[in-house]
Amino acid sequence: MTALLAVERLCHRFGAAKVLNNVALGVEAGSYTVLLGPSGSGKTTLLSILGGFLQPSSGLVTIRGVDCTALPPARRPTATVFQDYALFPHMSVGSNVGFGLRMKGIGRSVRVKQARDMLAVVGLAEAFDKKPHELSGGQRQRVALARALVVEPAVLLLDEPLGALDLKLRRQMQDELKSIQRKVGTAFVHVTHDQEEAMALADHVVVMNHGRIEDQGPPERVYGRPATRFTATFMGESTLIPGHVSGEGRVETPLGHFPATGLAAGTPVRLAIRPEHVRLSSTPDAIAAVVTDVVYQGSFKRVTLAPAAAPEIAVVARLPAESNFRPGQPILVEFVPAGIVILKD
Amino acid sequence: MVRAVAVVYAGAIYAFIFLPVLVLVLFSFQGTLFPIPPFNGPSLRWYEAVLNDPRLTSALGNSFVVAVTTSGLATLLGFLAAWGLARFELPGGVLLRGLITLPLTVSYLIIGMGLLVFFNALGVPKSLIAAGVGHVVINLPLCFAIVYSQMGEHQANIERAARDLGAAEWQVLALVTAPMLWPALFASFFLSMTFSWDEFVISFLLTRFDTTLPVEIWNLLRAGLNPKTNAVGSMVFGISIVLAIVFELTAFRRRPQ
Repeated sequence: MTALLAVERLCHRFGAAKVLNNVALGVEAGSYTVLLGPSGSGKTTLLSILGGFLQPSSGLVTIRGVDCTALPPARRPTATVFQDYALFPHMSVGSNVGFGLRMKGIGRSVRVKQARDMLAVVGLAEAFDKKPHELSGGQRQRVALARALVVEPAVLLLDEPLGALDLKLRRQMQDELKSIQRKVGTAFVHVTHDQEEAMALADHVVVMNHGRIEDQGPPERVYGRPATRFTATFMGESTLIPGHVSGEGRVETPLGHFPATGLAAGTPVRLAIRPEHVRLSSTPDAIAAVVTDVVYQGSFKRVTLAPAAAPEIAVVARLPAESNFRPGQPILVEFVPAGIVILKD
Repeated sequence: MVRAVAVVYAGAIYAFIFLPVLVLVLFSFQGTLFPIPPFNGPSLRWYEAVLNDPRLTSALGNSFVVAVTTSGLATLLGFLAAWGLARFELPGGVLLRGLITLPLTVSYLIIGMGLLVFFNALGVPKSLIAAGVGHVVINLPLCFAIVYSQMGEHQANIERAARDLGAAEWQVLALVTAPMLWPALFASFFLSMTFSWDEFVISFLLTRFDTTLPVEIWNLLRAGLNPKTNAVGSMVFGISIVLAIVFELTAFRRRPQ
């Protein structure tokens, strides 16, 4: 099956700076794709290229098999929800939502009906006659969403759509975005730097750094078996432990040896361990460490440890909230074998 | 004590500014032949005389037509120039921006003389249209500056949204950009009207038979002082005040958002 939207060998530079480097991406129909990365990773540039607001230096963008690389925004089957919503301040909410239909030459009565229906989908049916400045941030967000969805784009592009909202509203809108996406069935491509948002929303998460795609796949896979060091530390937290593969299918590290298969002996690697895969232990080969920091997080305690064998490695563990450790205390821990990810250096 | 001095001082300033105008207006209601004390009125005979003078009424009409059309044109051109320079990276954009506002610093006399010489060389006769061109020249930089100052990056994003939804460039301008900027456009238009309405030097140099009201008043003054000049001057002043108030209301009105 060919992807609804496909990006191939995409490169882009601003002057001398290479902001996108050989990016390849596929978006399936009806999927929710999240582009995740720190600022400067190129994710917004990629979205602008998908929307037609930027011409890439080289590479190909196809939508439904049609080459759209050079098409202006108006002529490609995408619609964008801007970070600042970009609603038309002088028009009513209804006219805002109907604008795209008006540009298509659709008559007033049909326009009004479709705009009303779409506002109902985003839960703002009563706002039809209001002006954008009478609405709250979250409501404006929904209007922007309705305005983009009503033209029935093949792909909806969302540029940090929740960035301007406060945390509580953000989590709430996040759930609504997902349910709206399921309801309308349009493919969403959503840019964010918030990894929790990415995991909550995505069917397919794309982790970007320095203009490259570091990793992409279902969020469970990207979180559980990250492909690169960057992914392991940006998408959730990980402790990285340097080591190398020894002869007998093992990785030797300052904290002991761990099983490894399929890697040539001598290969330098790093182990990535999620905080929830570090647990208290009483076995003979437990790792002895000293607690250096304890942060209470409500449902758990985030404990930082300095192993006796390699105190420079700060191991982060997620321990039960009722555990009673204090900085300076000795502690014995082990890594859950299934949670150990081996990354080539 | 200090307060008393301040009050007297402020009173003197306002008297200095407004007394001549007040005297002008007062003697426009003079009942006798000369606009000099003692005042014996009020009478509307001089206003009647003005309205019965076909030269003055046609000049009044000319002034109005010139003010409206040149202000409309200056606002339109200023808006388009502001949009172009604000939204597009142009080679020498900063220089172009400087050049377009340059006429603000040149005196009306120089602009009028320049146009006179230029039109002469082209063989264009003196006319209201020639004077109108002059008025566009003096008001366009102003309109440009006002509109340009109101164009921000947030609006650029709103224009992008319109394009994304299928709007052609002219639709973006007509349906999104201009309505968003309407307070600036309105203010530009009325400020231009105020200036065009009062403008004398350029109209004097560039018109001949049909002329604008300030030039006609000047013609009237050459025949000596007469309450009729006061009456027509008061009318010009009254209309200027109305235009200025409309400008202030639109330019400094608090906008939602």
